[in-house]
Amino acid sequence: MFQFIVRRLLQLIPVLLGVTILVFSLMHLTPGNPAHIIAGESAPADTIKQIEERLGLNDPIPVQYFNFLKDAIMLDFGNSWRTSLEVSEELWPKFWVTFELAVYSTIFSIFIGLIAGIISAVRQYSFSDVSIMLVALFGLSMPNFWLGLMLMQWFAINLGWVPATGWGTPQQVVLPVITLGTMGAAVVARMTRSSMLDVISQDYIRTARAKGLKESIVIYRHALKNALIPVVTVVGLQFGSLLAGAVLTESVFAINGMGKLVIDRILARDFPVVQAAVLVIAVVFVFVNLLVDISYKFLNKRIDLD
Amino acid sequence: MSEEIILDINNLRTSFFDDDGEIKAVDGVSFKLPKGKTLGVVGESGSGKSITALSILRLIDSKGKIVDGSINFKGKDLTKLSTKQIQHIRGNEISMIFQEPMTSLNPVYTIGQQIRETLKVHEGIGKEKGNKRAVELLQLVGIPSPEARLKQYPHELSGGMRQRVMIAMALACKPDLLIADEPTTALDVTIQAQILELINDLQDNLGMSVIMITHDLGVVAETCDYVAVMYGGKVVEYQDVISLFKNPRHPYTVGLLNSIPRHDIDVEDLEPIRGSVPSPKNMPKGCHFAPRCPFATDLCNAEMPSLDHLGDDSDVRCWIYSDRWDGDPEVNVVDQKTTS
Repeated sequence: MFQFIVRRLLQLIPVLLGVTILVFSLMHLTPGNPAHIIAGESAPADTIKQIEERLGLNDPIPVQYFNFLKDAIMLDFGNSWRTSLEVSEELWPKFWVTFELAVYSTIFSIFIGLIAGIISAVRQYSFSDVSIMLVALFGLSMPNFWLGLMLMQWFAINLGWVPATGWGTPQQVVLPVITLGTMGAAVVARMTRSSMLDVISQDYIRTARAKGLKESIVIYRHALKNALIPVVTVVGLQFGSLLAGAVLTESVFAINGMGKLVIDRILARDFPVVQAAVLVIAVVFVFVNLLVDISYKFLNKRIDLD
Repeated sequence: MSEEIILDINNLRTSFFDDDGEIKAVDGVSFKLPKGKTLGVVGESGSGKSITALSILRLIDSKGKIVDGSINFKGKDLTKLSTKQIQHIRGNEISMIFQEPMTSLNPVYTIGQQIRETLKVHEGIGKEKGNKRAVELLQLVGIPSPEARLKQYPHELSGGMRQRVMIAMALACKPDLLIADEPTTALDVTIQAQILELINDLQDNLGMSVIMITHDLGVVAETCDYVAVMYGGKVVEYQDVISLFKNPRHPYTVGLLNSIPRHDIDVEDLEPIRGSVPSPKNMPKGCHFAPRCPFATDLCNAEMPSLDHLGDDSDVRCWIYSDRWDGDPEVNVVDQKTTS
């Protein structure tokens, strides 16, 4: 197990190098001279030259990449071209907000999705099954900014139970988490249902019943553990898209998160910030999926990960 | 029969319900099992033998239902027990092993965990004592180095070993009755013989009663004391095993015997039974076997005969043995070749 984790960590190195190359290329493949972006189109030639010198833009591309990589490993992404603040200073607080939002939303999707999926599978074709799957279909098809606006209208404005905007207090967390987590919950519910249905018809479930186990133990101990692998996979993939796709939810609820920051800085062509954000999202995504792979081994010892 | 009867199934009917209506999988099955004996339930696929077995422990899936009849086990009618009561019987007083050892064990738990679970639920035995008992059980069923097996997962064992584990699990709480649903069908011939021998030995040592569900008359000859032959959801013949092989009464039983090679009688060609088992959705109106029976008459096609007791401890469901028989009075059921 330990060996496996070490090996997987080593395997991440080429993946992460690939990511850094792509991120680095962002700046060089987009048209326009960075020095002009910083100083403005009408800046005098020697100012431009000075900036180019400072940023190392006259060095060969491989040298520039190597410097970028060296700094990135030290989590030093330079200074923003727009605010001149250090990128990490700007990014981290906002990253944590979005990370929190994504984590809570994932927990919400797992919790709701699993319960709904299990009920659906155990009572296949019953009224509760049909209703749950109908709600899940709505959850999947609804654009989440619209869901966010509707929730805000009802629970914040009409009923006044929770604040409409912001992030930080438990009350402020509720609506954004539901907004962002609903689609995931629907996906998890549908995945859990089909996976559970498949498992419930297996011979070893009949064996478990023939042993005299209570139905709840048959379902939760014998069926669920077998049914979880596809669900865990989906959750891992969902987490990445939540992290990168929280921007709509952040806009609706006026949350000052990474999504909003990235959009603003893309529009402002503030490359260091964009590069850092993309890199951070990619790294988190890669590690979450490593966790998913490790959890496979815990769920089913038969899976050969080597 | 003077012996104590451990299981008495009376007129059991199990049906499945779907959009097309009712499918009568088991249609009025009755038989008795004396204590400590082995009853073979024989029939082709679709004869209702497995559903009968699953009905005893009420393990049929949600679309199936026991619609009528009683299953008396040690003075209790299993069809009338609450879910909790039947769960107390499963794996404890009546155990069951299945056809597919490859898929009958849960792939995500170790052998030890799965055996301990049965001990825990019925006898409240904890982990340490459970491990000791599990080792004893694995020894009992002839698994080498049992301590090491406890920590293994099912995929690390062969099919024969897994079936032994299933048997160990089934024996964990010393059941009075073991139901074996085609326990050897999925195994190699050499392993089959080992498993059958194991079941026989364990039965002798532990005094269990056994119901052996099989389509293989060879298995019956080797293991059973009594035989119930099933066809189309009904028992068509019930005899002790020696009489059945010596003196089969029902034309279907004769057909089954004729379709297996025998070394004690010189037979030129094997004689298969013509046609195939009718679908439970459109069973013939009269005797279910009539369309395939070489002796069938108008009476057979019109009316289902009852399971009647003949003089020497055998029950047969066939018009030939009744007063109303309208065919050749000299008919000899054993001689099917000339008439077909």
